[in-house]
Amino acid sequence: MTQQSVDDDWSATLFRQMLDAGVDLFAYVPDAGNKRLIEHVDASNETRSVLLTTEEEGIAVCAGADLVGKRAVLCMQSSGVGNCVNYLSLVNGGRFPLLMVVSMRGDFGEQNPWQYPMGQAVEPIFETMGVLTFKVDEPEDLEKTAAAAISAAMKGSQSAALVLSQKFLGAKAF
Amino acid sequence: MTEPTIERRELLPALFDSPDEALFISGLAGAAKDTAAFTDDGANLFTMAGTMGAAVPMGLGVALNAPDRDVVVVTGDGELLMGIGSLITVASMAPANLSIVCIDNLQHGETGGQTGHTSRATDLEAIAKGSGLPSTMTISNPDQMKDGAAFLKTASGPRFLLARVLPTAPSVYKRNFDPAECRVRFRDAFLGA
Repeated sequence: MTQQSVDDDWSATLFRQMLDAGVDLFAYVPDAGNKRLIEHVDASNETRSVLLTTEEEGIAVCAGADLVGKRAVLCMQSSGVGNCVNYLSLVNGGRFPLLMVVSMRGDFGEQNPWQYPMGQAVEPIFETMGVLTFKVDEPEDLEKTAAAAISAAMKGSQSAALVLSQKFLGAKAF
Repeated sequence: MTEPTIERRELLPALFDSPDEALFISGLAGAAKDTAAFTDDGANLFTMAGTMGAAVPMGLGVALNAPDRDVVVVTGDGELLMGIGSLITVASMAPANLSIVCIDNLQHGETGGQTGHTSRATDLEAIAKGSGLPSTMTISNPDQMKDGAAFLKTASGPRFLLARVLPTAPSVYKRNFDPAECRVRFRDAFLGA
């Protein structure tokens, strides 16, 4: 049996990094890209997930956790970034640390035309709203890029997005 | 539904024994003014002046992470409607220490008094109940405020109290509008406690 590599189970690696950083609450809107990560969250007795009805709720949930000294992360598909824009005012104006994990649609290899407009707007939106983008294209970049995003948010008090591209995740076939 | 007769400026003092008994998160506009006046813009309060709809999910984030404290979200009908799905998220997580007080003046008071959905066909308590919140109540006259206070103390959480009020002006209070200062103030008070 071969040893499991990072790209075989990057979700486990990312979950472990989050756990080591003291994240114990994962707010999320379900996506194929965060499915296994949330399964790790739900399987652990050290962490819990918060299923959201829409992504911007997660911005506020994470800010609420910060108010009482806890660390939370928001996991969503790139489509949800558009839903979050106004709530990023709270993060930016209030200087709340924020960590997001964004699984991309509408970039590398996308076949669904509906996904391109929002997917291509993700990084400009983040730049406009003061969120730092940490993008992962290659499996070997996941761990160090995630570490950088975690450091920016949890140590540097920034708002940071770990953006998992479709080059990394693989594009959905239609 | 009967016409409400509650004067909103009298509501929060009637619902709570003390402004120190809970951590308060309030949505923007009138709800923020009333809550800031009630707590004297205390360090146990975080008010918003934007991000309409964010009060309930922010209160959820606080409640889930401060299970030993009572957490109260004060919101208005317009603010709540903009993030109405968050009632469903609250119901799914079911934090027993969370109460939501919605001050429903049936209009958008901050922007000129335009009529709101709750003056037409919408019943926010029914939405809260349908979302799965275990305890819900509506009050609309001053005699019911003591029942509302008892509800917030004794009903199983998370609780939703809809207070239908007269469309009169909220409290006059000049609160801190700098969210970064308010964040630090809240954290220092909570974490130092």
